[in-house]
Amino acid sequence: MSTKKFMYLNRRSSFGTVYALESLEVVLIAAAFEQDVSLAFIDDGVYQIVEGQNTDGIGMKNFSKTYHALGDYEINKLYVSAESLEERGLTEEDLMPLVYEDEDDDWEEKPSVKIVSNAELSKIMSEQDVCLSF
Amino acid sequence: MLHTVNKSSFERNSLQSCLNTIDDTSVILLIEDGVISAAKNNNSSMIADLATQGRVYALKGDVEARGISSKLADNIKLVDYAGFVDLVVEHGTAVSWV
Repeated sequence: MSTKKFMYLNRRSSFGTVYALESLEVVLIAAAFEQDVSLAFIDDGVYQIVEGQNTDGIGMKNFSKTYHALGDYEINKLYVSAESLEERGLTEEDLMPLVYEDEDDDWEEKPSVKIVSNAELSKIMSEQDVCLSF
Repeated sequence: MLHTVNKSSFERNSLQSCLNTIDDTSVILLIEDGVISAAKNNNSSMIADLATQGRVYALKGDVEARGISSKLADNIKLVDYAGFVDLVVEHGTAVSWV
């Protein structure tokens, strides 16, 4: 089976709509088909990977923990818009420390999250075969 | 009156529409993705004056779900669901800016 470069654009926060959860489902499906998967977090999508989410008070499933599993599916290219973070008063320290184990480097744990400018993100998007926006 | 806003001010203009039309005695309750406007960010100035007057509330469960409890703007009052009911009773007519 041929491999394509898929990028998923996550533009909304986690619990107000079902987009974030649906995106995560589709991302895991693409990974199961061993595709080259990247994720981008832009606009309110950056809230999806904010550290310390607690859904006890709203009776919804806290699927933020699932992002920690992405590394095990060899999904380790998570791009976060620097501009979107800054507009929202957030920094890289506010995000979950998502990592993957690099099989080419003695399984060393490395960060999956990369903060990029919108210009850099635009370039990365242009290199994809498929971009899906959620 | 009580005005509830459930959309992020970065994604929709419902908070702005609400602010454009409310009177001097109304209060705003931010719920669901509306609580994003309760955090310190580039849109905080939209509600800063109202918050100073003690007229901006945010639903605690929604704030905690989004991991922004430690990032709230000044003078935002947190309420739980019981507090939500109290606001409805106290302020009479409610408008949902969905």
